[in-house]
Amino acid sequence: MKFGIVTFPGSNCDYDAFHAVTDVLGEEATYLWHKDHDLQGSDVIVLPGGFSYGDYLRAGAIARFSPIMQEIVSHAKSGGPVLGICNGFQIACEAGLLPGALMRNSHLQFVSAEVRIRVESADTMFTNLYERGDILKMPVAHGDGRFVAPVAVLDALEAEGRVIFRYADAGGNISADANPNGSERNIAGVISEGGNVLGMMPHPERACSPLLGSSDGVRLLESILARVAA
Amino acid sequence: MAQFRIAVHITPRKGLLDPQGNAVRDALRTLGFDGVREVHVGRYIIVETDAYDAVSAEETVADMCKKLLANPVTEDFEIESAVHA
Repeated sequence: MKFGIVTFPGSNCDYDAFHAVTDVLGEEATYLWHKDHDLQGSDVIVLPGGFSYGDYLRAGAIARFSPIMQEIVSHAKSGGPVLGICNGFQIACEAGLLPGALMRNSHLQFVSAEVRIRVESADTMFTNLYERGDILKMPVAHGDGRFVAPVAVLDALEAEGRVIFRYADAGGNISADANPNGSERNIAGVISEGGNVLGMMPHPERACSPLLGSSDGVRLLESILARVAA
Repeated sequence: MAQFRIAVHITPRKGLLDPQGNAVRDALRTLGFDGVREVHVGRYIIVETDAYDAVSAEETVADMCKKLLANPVTEDFEIESAVHA
């Protein structure tokens, strides 16, 4: 299976994603330049973390208009898998692939920390190798990670099982203390209506080796492999 | 065609948590501005554009706000009257 990893000017987790896909998962990966119009036959698209276009205007607002994004939106609309991590989540929201928006952290500080997230649904192409309720350890590194959406949208996301990850403590409790950025309802990751676009603020690609403190992100990549290759 | 200059104010949507505004409000109170009730921090954008008249220039900028300049989920925008640049 081939992963296409997008490089925008200012992306800085594209190498991490490439490493996770090729060296850990053992699958093929290619970088997709933001000015290109060709997904090069990629089965899965990764929108990586970073500061595309310097976060000018709003995080992700300009990247959304990159030539490559037109192709990615078409890929997503036809059911193709897209994983948006951190800045990639922000871009996916700006592009309308996911509902809501990511605003400045409520405490106004950049947060670079290891957090824990609870798997809220294992019934997706990204999480099928986890169990619902699993607690995963992953790093976050962002200044604009506070997920917000109108109450009606939040309620719909919950009702449709589209909240995939929530910030939790080590015991799995959802509390304000476990919430690193003030996200509504501790939401750390949501999925599209079609179930093929996942956006999340924590970094699974940086949690792929015990050397880095956690390998909890590996199963996310393996889940995609299991589902898409099947 | 003529050249117009249009200013846009973009502010956090009313009712949404505005931590930046709150931080500035608290700092002002610390400085002794006890009467400060609320502060909101937004963006001020100036667009210069060619258009047939002021009305169409303003309509164009409203379209820009909906498509890029403001986030429809979290922000409101207000457009000032177009002036000849």
